[in-house]
Amino acid sequence: MKRRFINGLMTALCGLALLLALVPLVSLLWLVISHGFKGLSWDFFTQLPAPVGETGGGVANAIAGTLYIVGIACLIGVPLGVGAGVFLAERGDTPVGDAIRFTAEVLSGVPSIVVGIVAYGLVVLPMRRFSALAGGVALAVLMVPTLARSTEELVRLVPGALREASLALGVPQWRTSLRVVLRTALGGIMTAILLGVARAAGETAPLLFTALNNQYWNWRADQPTASLTVQIFNYAVSPYQDWHDKAWSAALVLLLLVGTLSLGGRLLSRSRVR
Amino acid sequence: MIAAANKIDVHALNAWFKSNHALRDVSLSVPERTVLAIIGPSGCGKSTFVRCLNRMHELIPGARQAGKVLVDGQDLHAGGVDPVTLRRRVGMVFQRANPFPTMSIYDNVVAGLRLNGIKGDYPALVEKTLRQAALWDEVKDRLQHSALSLSGGQQQRLCIARALAIEPEVLLMDEPASALDPIATAKIEELIRELAESLTIVIVTHNMQQAARVSDATAFFYMGELIEHGPTEQIFTNPKEPRTEDYVTGKFG
Amino acid sequence: MSAPPRLQEAQPRRVNLPDRAWTVVLTVLGLAVLGVAAIIIAELLRIGGPALRHTGLVAFVTTSIWDVTRDVFGAAPFIYGTLVTSIVALLIALPVSLGLALFLTEMAPASVRSIVSFPIALLAGIPSVVHGLWGLFVLVPILRHLIEPLLANTLGFLPLFQGPQIGLGYLAAGVILAVMILPTITSIAIEVLQTVPGSLREAALALGATRWEAIRTAVLPYARAGIVGASMLGLGRALGETMAVTMVIGNSPTIRASLFAPGYTLPAVIANEFAEASGEMHTSALAALGLLLFAVTVGLNIAARLLVRMSRRGPARVAA
Repeated sequence: MKRRFINGLMTALCGLALLLALVPLVSLLWLVISHGFKGLSWDFFTQLPAPVGETGGGVANAIAGTLYIVGIACLIGVPLGVGAGVFLAERGDTPVGDAIRFTAEVLSGVPSIVVGIVAYGLVVLPMRRFSALAGGVALAVLMVPTLARSTEELVRLVPGALREASLALGVPQWRTSLRVVLRTALGGIMTAILLGVARAAGETAPLLFTALNNQYWNWRADQPTASLTVQIFNYAVSPYQDWHDKAWSAALVLLLLVGTLSLGGRLLSRSRVR
Repeated sequence: MIAAANKIDVHALNAWFKSNHALRDVSLSVPERTVLAIIGPSGCGKSTFVRCLNRMHELIPGARQAGKVLVDGQDLHAGGVDPVTLRRRVGMVFQRANPFPTMSIYDNVVAGLRLNGIKGDYPALVEKTLRQAALWDEVKDRLQHSALSLSGGQQQRLCIARALAIEPEVLLMDEPASALDPIATAKIEELIRELAESLTIVIVTHNMQQAARVSDATAFFYMGELIEHGPTEQIFTNPKEPRTEDYVTGKFG
Repeated sequence: MSAPPRLQEAQPRRVNLPDRAWTVVLTVLGLAVLGVAAIIIAELLRIGGPALRHTGLVAFVTTSIWDVTRDVFGAAPFIYGTLVTSIVALLIALPVSLGLALFLTEMAPASVRSIVSFPIALLAGIPSVVHGLWGLFVLVPILRHLIEPLLANTLGFLPLFQGPQIGLGYLAAGVILAVMILPTITSIAIEVLQTVPGSLREAALALGATRWEAIRTAVLPYARAGIVGASMLGLGRALGETMAVTMVIGNSPTIRASLFAPGYTLPAVIANEFAEASGEMHTSALAALGLLLFAVTVGLNIAARLLVRMSRRGPARVAA
């Protein structure tokens, strides 16, 4: 009967949608692993990039650079984000709080490249140079909105009874917030931070003109710094096959890094649920 | 009076929710154009039983059933039976009114007709079923308004009209008046008596007085078992089983 | 028996200093979020202002020439490219996302949903540049050798599918964006579909509807606003996506009708030219593009969130 046919057809189409959605994912993962794996070697993880035309070399400085820039971003972004989240949870039920919450939601949708422009204006222009600091600032701005919203949700989950018990014992507000409330929410906040770090580690666009890139090691915050993502980009759009191969390998390293951080974050939240 | 044929025959019906054995070996029959009331305490399997009669039970994940349910002598679970067409013949009204919120009153009533591709004079049918549901006078001037603009009792009557519009042969009603005020309840009970002249009705109810007022036969369920089934008057004045007597006299439930 | 201890040692009435300081710190951090938003707007205006004043806002948006050497800056090709690629992405992603969301919530058992949510979360977490890598070395060749010839043979009478088939271009960018926004739309759509009361589905089924008909009559109309909101959020993401698009769009600041043609988008040109911008006016023009992008994505985002919020409360509007 026609209606039964249509029912079956729509079910089949929706199942097809599932396949269509999975195909790019499977293809991407498969190719990153298969193309990238052969380039992985001890050298790849420990050497600096080789000059044009020479083979060999690695992405050691890029890995270090990513960790460095993301580290700077955390120093700025985590206190800001978590602090704003605690504010929203404890004192945020006011019109000002609503405005802040709404702003955070909207900010989380700002394209990362626009944030890069802002960091350029704030840090690169006055300093007259590209720097890891500028990159860190850009990534921090990207981290803050999501971190604030997650923290707020987690702190709100802490039962009011705990807070009241602490206050009733004479513990001052600030200590209650820190010791009791945050400690209870800590697992979830750590997860949120790890997930935020994972996302930041995968960003490229804002770094293109803040931290720029660097073919050498750099540990100074005021100098351009390499990063895995920018390096992948540069390798990929270059005309050299050797560099294309390196792009796949670096992508594999990046996926491992981002994957480990994300997985770590999720495992952490699961283990903390009592 | 000539003995009416049995509209519904149930033989050894069992039903499970995953490992929970919700109905045990239930057998009964419902003659055509009569009203059967199903009574019993909460959780005794009343709703589950009724949902087996239009194959809605099997839609719940983890639900199973065994045994035979026959409508007009035809096994509902036989190979060629399509649950979709079955549900046109065996309609259902739920405990909580569930009109389609995005549709108008008019569209709600004809929803079943449109779904099943039944053609006809829709406006006339809408008026007829809304009159049957004792709702026509209250809504005739605002048929295009949203179904949500009605009160709870009106919405439930709208759902009844919607169920009636596809002209089912059996109407299953799962505590249809439990959320309604006494006046709306009285209207619905009146409707049931009228409908019984052309349909077979099975009504689940918590309210024993309602069962007494409305039904020809009553079945008492307890913990998934059919304890007693007989003419309504007999069940309420002279029950055979002690548990039935305890329930109808209010000792428990 | 001694007298009960006096309560003189109780805290003085006024709030003590550490608590005050804590309140101040929290408030500052909270307000800092507003500060960040203000700074973003201010900086974009500051750096991008000169170019807008130089060209005039209307001319900036409508001129289609981007000539760096002669300080002629027209945003039209980038606006065009951004819109085309995002619309293509939405046209591809929306049916697939909706189908997937419906399959997971209405058609498949709950176990399938929890299994599939893992790959979807994975897909959402893949960095843009890796998508771009896949796009450049896998998708582009497939488009060039397989799909674009196919489209040209079957639908080549449409100007959309004419011209040289190089693989790079609007179509490639659109497909990559579709892959990237799919998890976003799907996860919100699933959320929205799960808020539809089960009783509505049951009502439709009890009237003799097939499963698909029940979805069509009861579920989808209820979820409509939320799904539109989900699409808008997906669209917003597509508009701002940079790296994957940059790697496959072909970098041509032109306006062409064919989807096979190379083009440019707002984020892509900023990504390619900003670091080595020649001169302040060039930088300013790029920043002005950023301001444009910011305005559009934020506007869309706000509208989308309002819609999703409205839909969570259920359709309360009169069906007139």
